[in-house]
Amino acid sequence: MIEFLLQYWPVVWPTLGAIAVILAVVPFLGLYMTFVERKLAAYVQDRIGPNRVGPFGLLQAVADGLKIFLKEQIIPDHVYKVLYVLAPTLSLLTAMFALVVMPFGPVPQNYEGGFRFIVAPGIDIGILMMVAISSLSAYGIIVGGWASNNKYSMYGAIRSCAQFISYEIPLGLSIIGVIAISGSMNIETIVAKQSGSLLDWNVFWQPVALLVFFTSALAETNRLPFDLPECEQELVGGFHTEYSGIKFVLFFLAEYTHIVTVSFLTALLFFGGWHFPGLPGPEGASLPVLLLGLLVLVVKVSCVVIFIMLLRWALPRFRFDQLMGLAWKGLIPLGLANLLGVAIVLTFGLPKHLLALTLLLPVAAAYYSATQFNASIESAFQRRALSNKQAVLYE
Amino acid sequence: MSNVKKSKTVKWGSEPKLTVLDALYLPAIASGVATAIRHALSVKPTTRQYPEVKPTIPPNYRGVHRLNRDEQGRVKCVACYMCQTACPANCIEIIAAPAPKDDPHWKDRDKYPATFTIDELRCIYCGMCEEACPVDAIELTSVYDLTGMTREEMIFDKEKLLSVFDDTSQSGNDPVRTNRGALGPASEATESGKRGTPPPGRGTRG
Repeated sequence: MIEFLLQYWPVVWPTLGAIAVILAVVPFLGLYMTFVERKLAAYVQDRIGPNRVGPFGLLQAVADGLKIFLKEQIIPDHVYKVLYVLAPTLSLLTAMFALVVMPFGPVPQNYEGGFRFIVAPGIDIGILMMVAISSLSAYGIIVGGWASNNKYSMYGAIRSCAQFISYEIPLGLSIIGVIAISGSMNIETIVAKQSGSLLDWNVFWQPVALLVFFTSALAETNRLPFDLPECEQELVGGFHTEYSGIKFVLFFLAEYTHIVTVSFLTALLFFGGWHFPGLPGPEGASLPVLLLGLLVLVVKVSCVVIFIMLLRWALPRFRFDQLMGLAWKGLIPLGLANLLGVAIVLTFGLPKHLLALTLLLPVAAAYYSATQFNASIESAFQRRALSNKQAVLYE
Repeated sequence: MSNVKKSKTVKWGSEPKLTVLDALYLPAIASGVATAIRHALSVKPTTRQYPEVKPTIPPNYRGVHRLNRDEQGRVKCVACYMCQTACPANCIEIIAAPAPKDDPHWKDRDKYPATFTIDELRCIYCGMCEEACPVDAIELTSVYDLTGMTREEMIFDKEKLLSVFDDTSQSGNDPVRTNRGALGPASEATESGKRGTPPPGRGTRG
């Protein structure tokens, strides 16, 4: 074993290093994202937010972490113990496992050796694997809700199940458009195609895909406009009602890992990843250039994360039928139409600029839905007026 | 809606038409996010940093009780049990003792409270004791931050209640009641039968 390790050490250590970086950074990031979120929420609501622990409350996250680790481990009597313990680990495991193929810094396409900002470079089904693994995280929630043996938990789990299944489809559809344009499922290649000028970013060729992707991805993270699996007002705590202490934190960490994943994917697939016009790419670059690329990516990802946090205070929660309606009647047709547009442009070799016309798709959909809605109001009005008239006649 | 004949006596309303921009949702989302950003950037918090910055409590607040002293520093209470009877929460307990008759100091009254305890945890701060008191001996102050480590600690005895009077009257936080009627005859009665000057901060009667 040791001989094996020594023999393959040059191959093994970058992988172990990347895994170590992810394992070290992601929980830390999760803790501090809660802090940033609380501060941001406070500012949006004209409050101050946590400011007691440490300077500007910066140690609040550490204090929260310490407190939650020292909490009593409670396993309620009425739960299925094995599944109850398994569910949070399953949740975090799938969330972290999706990060395996995600580049968290500039990765050259022709990787030769040494440390790199990805655990498994050059995976040709990268994005497919990422979507597949991250959709497995529904299992953690469903198992948790089932094992809790509690009606509210179960309702949360069922809602989450339906939501995950529905939003998987538009998520996949929107990614297919990007894959088709880039001609690869390898995330590094997709990013490499977006080097060069600003107009090479996928967001300008696939704006509708970005819309569909971001909405579905937000639904996959169970964040606020789509947080029906855990909406406090209806379901106490949703699937994690019976969880406390470190087990709750694992669920929580999984949720924040999902946000990180989604933000990274948005930046990588649509906003050019570590590329910025005027900056050199990662091929054969020196360490400072790589770090600059890392900075660019981190800034892009932070913008997406902050946007997700701001959305929380801008949008009310969906009703469940609206949630399902948005996925099945809104996003899936939009994604399909967008995909059709991409297919037409690529098949007939039309100029890429025509893809900007896909922006008309949501407008057309909105026009259709507005006319439908107004017609339904009109007919309801006429029915009401008619019945009033009849009432007058009968008098 | 023109083909529907509208009645004159009925006010007809109609739902606003949905426009394309409404159905697109995106402008609404953008304006929501813009509002959030505007608030986040112009930080004007309305938070009060509580333990450091204390709120100003209105003087008619009903907080911790106090037992008033008269000008000679004696407890004003005459142990009539009115407050104990009026108390809906049964939190007042008085044990009366006959006033020492031969002492000229206590000549003006028959009884005084040997003990006077209020269970501040049981009290519902309704102010009935204050209204019942014929001599304005018991009052509710604007002291609100009342804590203790044990239940026993929260049962206030006569000395504690008198010390609340000393604290509040010295710091100028005497309670003010707008509905206080004329004082009872025992309240400010002096030896000569004249009314004495009201204690500091009490205001005029009425």
